[in-house]
Amino acid sequence: MSSRVETAGAWGEEVTSSPSVPSRRRPRVEAVAPYLLLAPSVFFLSVFVVWPAIQAIHLAFEGPNNTLTSYNFYQMTHEYTFWPSVKNTLIFMVSIIPLEFCLAFSMALIINTGLRGQQFFLYVWTIPLAISDLAAGIVWLSIYTQNGYFNSILHDLGLSQYGYQFLSYQNTFSLFAVCVVAEIWRSTSLVMLILLGGLQGIPREFGEAADVFGATFWQRLWRITLPLLKPSIRVALILRTIFAIQVFAVILALVGSNLPVLGAQAYNWYHSYQNPNIAAAYSIVILVLSVLTTAFYLTVVRNKAEIAGATR
Amino acid sequence: MSRHGLRLALLYAAALLITLFLLIPVYFIFAASIGPQNSVYDFPKPLVPQNLSFDTLSFFLHYQGVPEAFKMSVEVGIIAVAVSLILGAPAGYAIARYTFPGKNVLQLIVLATRSFPVIILSIPLAVTFLSWNLYDTAPGVGLVHTAMGLPVTILITAAVFYGVPVDLEEAATTLGCTRIGAFFRISLPMALPGLAAAALFTFVGSWNEVFAASILTLQNHTLPALVLTSLNIAPLQFSFAAAVILIVPSMVFIFFIRRYLVAGWGQVTK
Repeated sequence: MSSRVETAGAWGEEVTSSPSVPSRRRPRVEAVAPYLLLAPSVFFLSVFVVWPAIQAIHLAFEGPNNTLTSYNFYQMTHEYTFWPSVKNTLIFMVSIIPLEFCLAFSMALIINTGLRGQQFFLYVWTIPLAISDLAAGIVWLSIYTQNGYFNSILHDLGLSQYGYQFLSYQNTFSLFAVCVVAEIWRSTSLVMLILLGGLQGIPREFGEAADVFGATFWQRLWRITLPLLKPSIRVALILRTIFAIQVFAVILALVGSNLPVLGAQAYNWYHSYQNPNIAAAYSIVILVLSVLTTAFYLTVVRNKAEIAGATR
Repeated sequence: MSRHGLRLALLYAAALLITLFLLIPVYFIFAASIGPQNSVYDFPKPLVPQNLSFDTLSFFLHYQGVPEAFKMSVEVGIIAVAVSLILGAPAGYAIARYTFPGKNVLQLIVLATRSFPVIILSIPLAVTFLSWNLYDTAPGVGLVHTAMGLPVTILITAAVFYGVPVDLEEAATTLGCTRIGAFFRISLPMALPGLAAAALFTFVGSWNEVFAASILTLQNHTLPALVLTSLNIAPLQFSFAAAVILIVPSMVFIFFIRRYLVAGWGQVTK
């Protein structure tokens, strides 16, 4: 009922006012409208992302009584866990990214073949996306802890009577391996989604044309899919690396302080030692590493997608 | 077997292997927390739980601080969802419907903030929130989670509004609807499922987020923050049950938004 009245009003308006007035005013409104619609979001992101980022730099260089100092960095780098945590974070990042990328790419390719049960696989494969890093760490704790499921299976197979201590500080390799597996399990879904988004944007004709010319699967992959996928690959690598540098809860839940990493150090300095300045200094290290790796990817994985002929 | 058949078999074998790798750990954590409390220390553990009981889960749910943390997590999530929809939906609509100077730059900014490290934001915001009286409150954590969820909300809503034919809106305006009227009568109802997906996406992100939540709270922890600070204190069954309680809602939500996942994360600037 009410909608009818309003509609009538709108009709009446057009009859009473000259038709040229709305058509002249309309473009101006249209030109401003998108900015008005976007302004709240931009404002919010400035207050809660851009401004804190600037504040973080300020905090890291803040000394007593509002002075500027580099002492926080001096203290940070002279703490005995600093260099191990830088090293561990980098090793972690370097061992995860290639493994995870290959797995995620295979998963995206499998989904993109359009096999039967595609929807089922896509759902199951994105389940880890719903699982927090903390919960993921605990999930793998139930597997790798000394009386956990992995040792139980080894016991059932007669390979070990009491089980191994995978999470002991004495065994650095297994500490890393455990965390890498947990992190790959948790976050491959995200990389897969980004790559799948890219794959779905590649016109089917390209692949069909390659088939007509008798290209093999690998030729197609190397000459057509990968070059066209470059923008997605770049975003996936950047996002994934930035998240890997921040790794934190998976490691805290699984191995605690046996494997110090930058994210956990920042957390400890703020939470346990109540020193926001050194915590901020750690976060600046994370920021610098993120910016450097992003710049690295932007220069190495160039945007110029050259489609080399598959028949060449 | 034909060449084609062999390839298909290999494809399914790979798909199955990946599925097992992703599902078996979820099965184990459920198995570990469905049983009497002391069963977490059993060795060797039966791969199929023997004594089914909700003892461990109920122990967790009645643990000191857990009901409050549960409530806090829900409050924080609702705030994050509400604010990011109110701010993000118009922005997504603008990106989908208008072409305007600076659009590419704005899109790039949205994509870039999606990946901005939350560790860097949390520490200065904790200091700021102390002076704004937002420290250790649900709105404080909710606003930070909004900052994390907003970019993805904008991307999903933009994708959703792209999917609503602009012709329908134009048809409505020629029939006398105002542009705003057309939006509320035509586009919004059609976009509702997608907007709901964006909301769930933000909620899951907020429900799972642990770093900012533990930095920005002291006593009023969210569930993940409480679990994180209890890792070294609470018994093992506490953590196992906590993981299950954290995982279940997210798994349900992700089921409902599975169609929008590619829109939220798969988008890339050209």
